[in-house]
Amino acid sequence: MSTALLEPAPAFVPRPAQRSTYLNVAHGVMSWLLTKDHKRIALMFLAVITVMFFIGGFAISIARLNLLSPEGGLVEADTYNRLFTLHGVIMVWFFLVPVVPSVLGNFCLPMMIGAKDLAMPRLNLLSFYLYLLGAAWTLFAMLAGGVDTGWTFYTPYSTHSSHYNVVPTMIGIVVAGFSSMATGINFVVTTHWMRAPGLTWFRLPIFVWTLYATSLILLLATPVLAMALLLVAIERLWQIGIFDPALGGDVLLFQHLFWFYSHPAVYVMILPGMGIVSEIIPCFARKKLFGYTFVAYSSFGIAALGFLVWSHHMFVAGISAYSALIFSSLSFLVAVPSAIKVFNWTATLFRGSIAFETPMLFALGFVALFTAGGLTGLFLASLGIDMHVHDTYFVIAHFHFIMVGGMVMAYMGGLHYWWPKITGRLYSRFWSRLCAIIIFVGFFLTFLPQFVVGYNGMPRRYHKYVPEFQLWNVLSTAGASILGVGYVMPLLYLPLGFKYGKLAGPNPWRATGLEWQTPSPPPKDNFDQTPIVVRDPYLYHLDKAQNEP
Amino acid sequence: MSPDHALLTNDERALFEYSMLKRHRLEEQFENLEQQTHAASTGMWVFLGTEVMFFGTLFTGLAIYRFLYGTAFEHASVELNWIIGGINTIVLLVSSGTIVLALHFARADRSRVAAWLLIVTALLGLLFLGLKGYEYYDDYDQQLIPGWTFDEHDWIDRGLTAEQVPHVQLFLVFYWVMTAFHALHVTIGIAAVAIVAALAWRGHFSSTYYAPVDVLALYWHFVDVVWIFLLPMLYLEGTHALAAG
Repeated sequence: MSTALLEPAPAFVPRPAQRSTYLNVAHGVMSWLLTKDHKRIALMFLAVITVMFFIGGFAISIARLNLLSPEGGLVEADTYNRLFTLHGVIMVWFFLVPVVPSVLGNFCLPMMIGAKDLAMPRLNLLSFYLYLLGAAWTLFAMLAGGVDTGWTFYTPYSTHSSHYNVVPTMIGIVVAGFSSMATGINFVVTTHWMRAPGLTWFRLPIFVWTLYATSLILLLATPVLAMALLLVAIERLWQIGIFDPALGGDVLLFQHLFWFYSHPAVYVMILPGMGIVSEIIPCFARKKLFGYTFVAYSSFGIAALGFLVWSHHMFVAGISAYSALIFSSLSFLVAVPSAIKVFNWTATLFRGSIAFETPMLFALGFVALFTAGGLTGLFLASLGIDMHVHDTYFVIAHFHFIMVGGMVMAYMGGLHYWWPKITGRLYSRFWSRLCAIIIFVGFFLTFLPQFVVGYNGMPRRYHKYVPEFQLWNVLSTAGASILGVGYVMPLLYLPLGFKYGKLAGPNPWRATGLEWQTPSPPPKDNFDQTPIVVRDPYLYHLDKAQNEP
Repeated sequence: MSPDHALLTNDERALFEYSMLKRHRLEEQFENLEQQTHAASTGMWVFLGTEVMFFGTLFTGLAIYRFLYGTAFEHASVELNWIIGGINTIVLLVSSGTIVLALHFARADRSRVAAWLLIVTALLGLLFLGLKGYEYYDDYDQQLIPGWTFDEHDWIDRGLTAEQVPHVQLFLVFYWVMTAFHALHVTIGIAAVAIVAALAWRGHFSSTYYAPVDVLALYWHFVDVVWIFLLPMLYLEGTHALAAG
């Protein structure tokens, strides 16, 4: 103690602003717009994707308010159709699919593998501009006229009946799809060739594994969607039958092609979330991730099985009973790798020394909601029950438990986990933890009633309903308001933390990943020297000294 | 090969290393040229995987409808100009040969020869597009464009029923979409070959740095292979019906 007192105060403490970071290495708008730095591109993605998220959320808020009364008097039926289509299109293609790969993956992947940047920085920038172009174009098409087909663009409605901007919207989606593919190629190549010396595949953080699996899905599924939408556009523009039964086409072919993309896309949305949770839970339970190899392989299990279950969206569309039987069985199989992950996270928590920091609250929320969403998915995979609840609010509640309860929670968790690395500063612990709880409560109140009304037969996509469902719908709308508050809160405290927060230091969570072994915010080249990896990941059970670089 | 580092000042050493980097065209995110070459090649292979899915979607649709509507598809296929299709196959195969030779000479530090071979490749690509364009004009003359020039009675005269005529349209839609999408790939390929040919002319490539030629050759072969599948699926499937009379 006396030595500590006698130790002379350092004459000069360099302030973090004076250190060269990716944020201050260059100034001016052009240094951002033309940057090749994956960290800056990630922040640009963050800004645009956040805007898209709130536009998509605003559209559904109006629709949700409309459902307060059974007559649905707030908006016209036609407007209602356009609102939920806007919500679906924006949230699926411009938020859920790109958000974690393009923002958190982009920022973290090179640092997690000890690289200076992604393998193709120019392609990464191109990916951003393709996304921006697709988003702006789609938004314009959907606001100037709108689309009323639902995000699924089912034919023949989309090819013959709808009078709205179907083709422009699809073009925007395809452009954004190219952005996803560019990111996917970049991640696969980067993971193969840019790993630091000693960083073998089985020393990679699970987030890297899940991003790799996600990239494979994006690369193999997105082209099919692009071609399917192209064929719809051709049919719509020239009125020649590709999917039109009157002209010898087959509507089911469109549904097969569409879901061949859109079902794997569900795993694009959830897999990176699983990766984030696999980072957060060991860190805040101070334990090694249980069953690392199983968690890593199960990502590929999910990705592979995800390509074999698409027809479970078509059980009532007129596919053969044998085909339905096989797709039903395969759909049940997806539960196996998903359950492997949930059990391994639970086992990691077991006897851990758990700290309820903000990222951990989001991660625990993810596990609870994802499990609920996954189990209700089994209801839908069984043929008999699916006949009953197909196209009802039961389905809506199920996939929102996965997409919103799962993915958005995981994304928020990841954003809060890496925010100190991104900005170099901490955010308000109180407000962020409150936000996590508000989102969890709001989410539950919004979507739990929808299981009930759905099971009792309330169909999706209708702007009015029978009066006996009103209580549940009012509860759901009330929950949505709470959820909305939860989503707005980070818009306030995260930027405030960026400006006024306490300095985070390189490793505020005492985490083991490579990204925490470089200063926050990181220098432009991420590491002063290329790190050499000699250890497995997640060695949280070792003491602090052993985990220092 | 490198000057004695100990005798140089820091600035001189940095300058030397920078000039070596420039000479080997090493991008700053890579540690060495080998890593960069591997990354470029892997990137192209992965991209070609996505291309397989693009074309695969169309091939799947074509195959399903071919299975359902065999007679109409055979009748429609017979009307396509298989002679031009066959000549174009040879043109593309030869161009794949020239681009492989270009890669060989680029790696052998013989840039000018590589440049000439790339120019020949691009010209063969243009020849392919020219023949294809002529064939499209021929199709227009024969009223084979659904939604534009298409006469149902022609097909009923050829022995099809009124229900089968829409299936002919279906075949022609796939013919147009698939060949046009392929021609788009050829066009992009020609532009890329021209750029790489110009770089080769200026001696840009060497035995240590040849990744762009390598990657471009992969792409060119892929476009060639797609055509190898298009020829039987579109042009040849009806010929046995023709032989049967």
